[in-house]
Amino acid sequence: MEPSKIPDKIDVLVVGGGNAALCAAISAREKGAEVLVLEAAPKSFRGGNSRHTRNFRCMHSGPLGALTDSYGETEYLEDLLKVTEGRTDRELAEIAIRSSESCYGWMRERGVRFQPALSGTLSLSRTNAFFLGGGKALLNAYYRKAASAGVRISYGSPVSHLELKGDRIVGADATIDGETARIAPRAVVAASGGFQADLEWLAKAWGPAARNFLIRGTRYNRGAVLRDLLDQGVESVGDPTQCHAVAIDGRAPKFDGGIVTRLDCVPFSVVVNKLGRRFYDEGEDLWPKRYAIWGRLVASQPDQIAYSIFDSSGVDLFMPSLYPPTRAESIEELAGKLGLPAAILASTVSEFNASCRPGAFNPTELDGLATEGLSPPKTNWARPISRPPFYGYALRPGVTFTYLGLRVDRGARARTSRGPVENLWAAGEIMAGSILGKGYLAGFGMTIGTVFGRIAGREAAEHAG
Amino acid sequence: MPDESIAEARRQSEICNACRYCEGYCSVFPAMHSLRAFSDGNIARLANLCHNCRGCYYACQFTAPHEFDMNLPKALADVQVASWKRYAWPSQAAKIFDRAGVAIATALALSIAGLFWLAAAVRPEAGQGFYAYMSHEIMLSVFIPAFLAPLVSLAVSLRRFWRDTSRRAPTLRGIASALRSAGRMSNLSGGHGDGCNFEDEDRYSNVRRHLHQFALFGFLLCFASTCSGTALHYAFGIEAPYGPFSLPKILGVPGGLLLCAGSLGLAYLKTKADPNLGATNLWGGEMAFVLLLFAVSLSGLVLFAATGTSAVSWLLPLHLGFVLAFFLTTPYSKMAHGFYRLAALAQDAEIRISGDPLTTTPSAQFGSNSEDNSASGK
Ligand SMILES: Cc1cc2nc3c(=O)[nH]c(=O)nc-3n(C[C@H](O)[C@H](O)[C@H](O)COP(=O)(O)OP(=O)(O)OC[C@H]3O[C@@H](n4cnc5c(N)ncnc54)[C@H](O)[C@@H]3O)c2cc1C
Ligand code: SF4
Ligand code: SF4
Repeated sequence: MEPSKIPDKIDVLVVGGGNAALCAAISAREKGAEVLVLEAAPKSFRGGNSRHTRNFRCMHSGPLGALTDSYGETEYLEDLLKVTEGRTDRELAEIAIRSSESCYGWMRERGVRFQPALSGTLSLSRTNAFFLGGGKALLNAYYRKAASAGVRISYGSPVSHLELKGDRIVGADATIDGETARIAPRAVVAASGGFQADLEWLAKAWGPAARNFLIRGTRYNRGAVLRDLLDQGVESVGDPTQCHAVAIDGRAPKFDGGIVTRLDCVPFSVVVNKLGRRFYDEGEDLWPKRYAIWGRLVASQPDQIAYSIFDSSGVDLFMPSLYPPTRAESIEELAGKLGLPAAILASTVSEFNASCRPGAFNPTELDGLATEGLSPPKTNWARPISRPPFYGYALRPGVTFTYLGLRVDRGARARTSRGPVENLWAAGEIMAGSILGKGYLAGFGMTIGTVFGRIAGREAAEHAG
Repeated sequence: MPDESIAEARRQSEICNACRYCEGYCSVFPAMHSLRAFSDGNIARLANLCHNCRGCYYACQFTAPHEFDMNLPKALADVQVASWKRYAWPSQAAKIFDRAGVAIATALALSIAGLFWLAAAVRPEAGQGFYAYMSHEIMLSVFIPAFLAPLVSLAVSLRRFWRDTSRRAPTLRGIASALRSAGRMSNLSGGHGDGCNFEDEDRYSNVRRHLHQFALFGFLLCFASTCSGTALHYAFGIEAPYGPFSLPKILGVPGGLLLCAGSLGLAYLKTKADPNLGATNLWGGEMAFVLLLFAVSLSGLVLFAATGTSAVSWLLPLHLGFVLAFFLTTPYSKMAHGFYRLAALAQDAEIRISGDPLTTTPSAQFGSNSEDNSASGK
């Protein structure tokens, strides 16, 4: 959009173009507000991390659309408390959970279509509603809905500064179509995600190792607005040094590799670092439950890289990968191809093989097939790696999101130490740290964004109107 | 099929197989996700299952400028055309696909000119109705071979396709399921019933689905009309032209109207849709084919309206010229898609019912294409 086309009167400025931003924009528009969405990314990459999502976690008291059975408030909350180890704002968490049920219909009415759980994720069919076509299809529906309702949308338009004076945001600086523009909206919804794409910021929090991390989502979530607001004294929440990371294919692109870079091979392999040595129990628990800790484990190995090694008996046991694994006829040859010390890898594997015990192998449950006398042990699915061809994947930490965000109240309004900022709301990843202080609950990011995006949009429109 | 289009479709299918977000759109994805590695035959079957509804393009988070450069509708469309060329019989005719537009135009010119010449040169001494302008024998001597030869060619092609993609012979239940699916165009429903993306980027609409059904059922009615005419002629000695309440007209007039509306509508949608999501260099050929269908149906309707007037003298050879060109180009034009689609749907149904993957060649072993077959870009 050309800066000259920006209307004079803007009731609600929405910063960002992902799920939370669009839910806020549509909700504000439905309350009659003049809404402007400024999205940093160009149209082809619009939608932030939301474009990579596939489902949202939804409470429901009986079968609901594509959701089976029921998923009640208590169970939902317990699941959340388990993963966050209690690091959650109970009040906000309850709002998110209770409101999630009404989101299903709200989303449908605005063009989102659902489908039964994807193949390979049947364990989520009760708790998570899957978007037909995934997050980008959801965003396409929202962008259409917003545009037809009269929301103005400008792509390639990063916001650099929201000027806080007293308890109000008095202006916004943005680059629109290459030109700087000053906008004076009556209310602002900040929905610009986390800061994980700013590797320097990550490096400050994590140390230089963070420069080797891969970013699973958009390159546009650089936290500019978050930083700007924190610098002006807006209150934060969440651990500034932590990010959610999983182990992904080491060959994945630096940004935006999305879901396809996921690897599910760990439980059926031994994982070694670049020195050729094991460092953690690969069979600790079922993979969905251990998926998230491996990012951190790999991040703490030398050069932030690890290698998952398995043989022909393991190759078909997990979801196909984006890139084929490296393949060789012997462990030594595989080591050569992966750049690992061959002798050490061979001894790691033979030591592991020697500690395997006979027993029934069952890839879908904890089979108790554990190593004996090995440190660290492999406590399930421990079968010798001896049947050529041998395979290996390089693993790197892939960052999903950061935890640091803005503190908000139950109406999604941000605050300083002096009290609420009268016309600033926050929704989505930028405030999710209040609820998800630690860990991750599959599908909860989209729930938080939808619930608080709707609240923020509504409240902002009411304030402006 | 050591073909670039196969390699590209395989590269993209491997990305989809790690993703699966589009699983709900159509039958391509469940079929794809049931495989771990893709033989050339697998890819050819998947390609012929694809209806180019484009849902999976607009929903894909990895389309250009993303480095994965996903464009599955195009990749599969390219394989589709490559497979039609590969199985074309006689093989030399495969080249026609590359110049479908020119081929149709040439066939048209020759057919029309030929029929005008026939009409002028061997004008019957006597004859009623249409046969006052062209004798029945002449029509038959032209149209029987023009009808049978393409059918033989298609039959040979389909047999080749089937042998490359399935280990077992077609089954009745597979064919029945394919016919049901094609009749309902269920794969153009988008999985949610809102239809496909075509003429207006990511907006879902059932317009293309319905227009295609118009064209399909219109075509079948016209075909049934011709058959009933033939039956009346031979079995009952009743000759054309037939009155408004005769079987050929009861079938033919609504059929012609449906085909007219369907083909014109499809041609219009085609001008709105993004050509980069269809097969490379095939836009013109497909358009020529749709317009030819329109010309067949419109000229047929006009001919019916003009019955008894002197305009029949030129309308008849014109209409017959369109029909002849249509028949002649059928195995080497977009028309081929219907036959391959039915075959692919029948195989897909059989796989789903029996659980037998029908695999012909052992599919390439995982990893055998080595690491340099990276999926990260072209
Ligand atoms: C691979 C992957 C898969 C995931 N799968 C799921 C899932 O299935 N379910 C789930 O619930 N969660 C999932 N998540 C987490 C989920 O993506 C987030 O929780 C959610 O998308 C956050 O939404 P949001 O709107 O707050 O942020 P985003 O969708 O990231 O949107 C932020 C927006 O702000 C824009 N922006 C950034 N800076 C500026 C600026 N300065 N000016 C203007 N605009 C700016 C960005 O361009 C972007 O449009 C996944 C994450 C990843 C990486
Ligand atoms: S087309 Fe894109 S979004 Fe759809 S399954 Fe394939 S990779 Fe995933
Ligand atoms: S274009 Fe449509 S029919 Fe073809 S694979 Fe994609 S979603 Fe399926």
